[in-house]
Amino acid sequence: MMNLLKKQSSIGVGLLGLTLLLSALFIAYDNKVLWLSVSFVLMTLGGLIYFQTIYGHQLSGIKNNGVWFSALTTRGITGWLLGMGLTAFYIAIYWFPEVLGFNTQGESTGLVAFFDPLSLSLNGSPATQWFMYGTLYTFAIILFGVKFIWKYWGNRYQLFRTLSVVFFQLCFAFLIPEILAKLNPETPYFAKDLKNMWPLNYYFLDEWHLTNMLTGGNLGFFFLVFGLAMIFIGSPILTYFYGKRWYCSWVCGCGGLAETAGDPFRQLSSKKLSVWKLERWMIHAVLVFVTVTTIAAIWYFITQNPELSLISRTQFISGVVVFIIALMLILFFWNKNGLEKDAKYTLISLGSILVLSLCVQGFSGQNNILFLNSYSFQKWYGFGVGAAFSGVLGVGFYPFLGSRVWCRFGCPMAAILGLQQRLFSRFRITTNGGQCISCGNCSAYCEMGIDVRAYAQRGENIVRSSCVGCGICSAVCPRGVLKLENDGLENRINSTPYPLGNAMEVDA
Amino acid sequence: MSQKQYLSEMGKESSNKAIVILGNGVSGITAARHLRKNSALPITVISEESPYFFSRTALMYVYMGHLKFEHTQPYENTFWEQNNIELVQKRVNQLDAEKQLLHFEDGSSLSYDRLVLACGSKPNKLDWLGEDLKAVQGLYHKKDLDSLEAWTDSTQSATVVGGGLIGIELAEMLHSRGKKVHFLVRESSFWNTVLPAEESELINCHIRSHGIELHLSTELESIQGDANGRVAQVQTSKGATLPCEWVGLAVGVSPNIDFLKGSGLDLGKGIRVNRFLETNLPNIYAVGDCAEQLEPLPGRQAVEAVWYTGRIMGETLAQTLTSVKTSYQPGPWFNSAKFFDIEYQTYGQVSPSPDSKKEAQVFWQHPHKNCSLRLSFDPQNLYFKGIVSLGIRLRHEYFDRWLCKPTLMNEVVKALGQSFFDPEFSPTYQAEIQSKWELKKSSFALNQ
Repeated sequence: MMNLLKKQSSIGVGLLGLTLLLSALFIAYDNKVLWLSVSFVLMTLGGLIYFQTIYGHQLSGIKNNGVWFSALTTRGITGWLLGMGLTAFYIAIYWFPEVLGFNTQGESTGLVAFFDPLSLSLNGSPATQWFMYGTLYTFAIILFGVKFIWKYWGNRYQLFRTLSVVFFQLCFAFLIPEILAKLNPETPYFAKDLKNMWPLNYYFLDEWHLTNMLTGGNLGFFFLVFGLAMIFIGSPILTYFYGKRWYCSWVCGCGGLAETAGDPFRQLSSKKLSVWKLERWMIHAVLVFVTVTTIAAIWYFITQNPELSLISRTQFISGVVVFIIALMLILFFWNKNGLEKDAKYTLISLGSILVLSLCVQGFSGQNNILFLNSYSFQKWYGFGVGAAFSGVLGVGFYPFLGSRVWCRFGCPMAAILGLQQRLFSRFRITTNGGQCISCGNCSAYCEMGIDVRAYAQRGENIVRSSCVGCGICSAVCPRGVLKLENDGLENRINSTPYPLGNAMEVDA
Repeated sequence: MSQKQYLSEMGKESSNKAIVILGNGVSGITAARHLRKNSALPITVISEESPYFFSRTALMYVYMGHLKFEHTQPYENTFWEQNNIELVQKRVNQLDAEKQLLHFEDGSSLSYDRLVLACGSKPNKLDWLGEDLKAVQGLYHKKDLDSLEAWTDSTQSATVVGGGLIGIELAEMLHSRGKKVHFLVRESSFWNTVLPAEESELINCHIRSHGIELHLSTELESIQGDANGRVAQVQTSKGATLPCEWVGLAVGVSPNIDFLKGSGLDLGKGIRVNRFLETNLPNIYAVGDCAEQLEPLPGRQAVEAVWYTGRIMGETLAQTLTSVKTSYQPGPWFNSAKFFDIEYQTYGQVSPSPDSKKEAQVFWQHPHKNCSLRLSFDPQNLYFKGIVSLGIRLRHEYFDRWLCKPTLMNEVVKALGQSFFDPEFSPTYQAEIQSKWELKKSSFALNQ
């Protein structure tokens, strides 16, 4: 009884804070510092007391009681309300920021302006809708990160991983970029989140972004070099040793939100074979799309800024040709049989892009590549993938489709890392011999929709490109069957006709 | 006989012989899957209980809200048609072995060329007074889950009878929905017929720390109902009266073979089979919980109602029916369970009360966490014999290897850290266990 009262009042306190925050849409508070602080203090307090009520008195263990009875986590009425609210919020941020008070012409008002004190202290200028969004995003990861750690207390993998995503979001995505912006007020804008690599940051190599980095002094040059080094050196090495999890569930901001605020919805991802098929087509299509867009963007940059370019058009095209050929050859010869049909199609499409690019150089005018205006590529990618997919569908649809819709179906970064993880990485989820009882907890709680049990009950290790290494399958397993680990490439996929336990002698 | 010869010989007489499997639990379904893998024979699986295979061990998670029932089905519903495995949802009343016919409850019948009996277990009842009252039930069948749902909404206090694996599951289930749970255990400590004293005590404490009323050395005397015929209270052997609106009976299971009486099958506790899983009647085999080994393997039970042995029998029989006559030859014993939040794994033989001439043990327990390890070994030659762990995951592969080939304790203990299977960054306690072993070893050296 006491507990129920405490639970309800803590929700009330949190909602009060949220209401206060949203009231800034309509009320122009004089003392923004005070009311903004009050709002965040109330939300934090409400959250912490709530988490304490539900997890504080429990022994460490799996806390999924009633997940499938709650309307919030099973697409019930509260789930729908939350999903629609989040979706509306994302639509406003991306396409109607004026609703939130953002004003391109002059001073912002409303909710955006509510964040002015914080923005001024961090980066020296008034808040934009993106500053407001970034603050709320970071706040959500920290607050729900606390909840996540509490929920999985006793599991050190979960503890360290969550501390890591919280750290990278707070420092790399939020504080450092804002502070750098304040310290370099005259530098043109470029993304200052070191961990937000291409192709997740799809505009990294866009004409305006490249120009701004190249004219952005030492800082800009550093970000350019660091970004390129991460794409071509850092990321492949890390993925080889640890799998894509080093990024997707330890560093990435999208992953950070999915793992913390999105955790209550992880079980909503579909495990159907047909959806797996769809996933593979979609994610590889996005990868092709982003590659084309990027090539087009660089082409455009070189065309527009020959004086800034380190390379000529011919050199660029030849470079792309050589790189793609080399990549394809490596992939094909490294692990011919490891490639699924759709992965092969991806490679073939990439190959055709290359051929087309070659043609283009001969045939087309200045701004065009692949017979299309390069800007239209960027525009449509930005709209379709950058905004609609990663934002609206990716987070707004948490309560409908689970927490990793974007990561599973749309993230080009996940596609690249996944391709490498599948073919050239030491990471796997080891299945513990014959101990599986096919209960289905691992599959149900896989946010990426992997049917983990299908492998575990056969005694086979799980090597899947989509696995982000969150480790929850292992946590919820009641029989100690699964372990995420890095080991040699040999016998990584241990396909055997029978799981361990049967000592019959078959003369095969 | 080589596989080729065997196949061609079988081919002469049974190239297209229909195989009927009675029971769609793990044993029957594993047999069906491997039969299909190895052959194109017509396969029919009969089960009254549910149209599709589900994981019986996962029923508890449905009640606790961790899963929906469909999550317990390891294969999509289209799998069976795609693999040309026919499913029949009917109840078999009688077996006519002479005519090779199965008679269904609805009057129809089905003929078979070869019959695989995988009809599982049924929960034991001990003829208690009041055991047929409403809201008194076991947990075995899918319909038991429906019954739980129907009765426990209106339950404040529940009594669970039987200190085994299903008993503790029921206690956890009811507790997860906020019911007051009385847990009656006949033994003086939880599951101490299997668990050594310290482990058993650790689980006792854990059960109690969840707020369960654990009544040790206590049996059920009788159950009393209310005016509507629903349970209202139970009497314990210690003279206590416990008011409750629901009673769970979990005093073990036995082979589900009543409908086979009079069929000519050799029945004991279960359906008696030889090492090839053949019954006394031609073309009839039995696998899983319902099978009773005529010659049990050394150190093993004649009836082992365990998920893993059922699966292994299914795999084995599929070999016999499609390629090479293969005997049931499970590897070293292993098992696992979860007691509330504490995982349990075991490999090999660890006795709760070892004969000091044949088995010595070394035990380590964490000072305040819920984890412990016990290794057993042969005191004569210091060969490793088995391990029991609580709260620590172990690699099956390592222990299987150490048990298949005689391995000295020194070697096992040295590599113990690597054999741990807990998530990355978990402590391995290698040093603590190592020093326990060194201490133990020196006492053995002194004795000798």
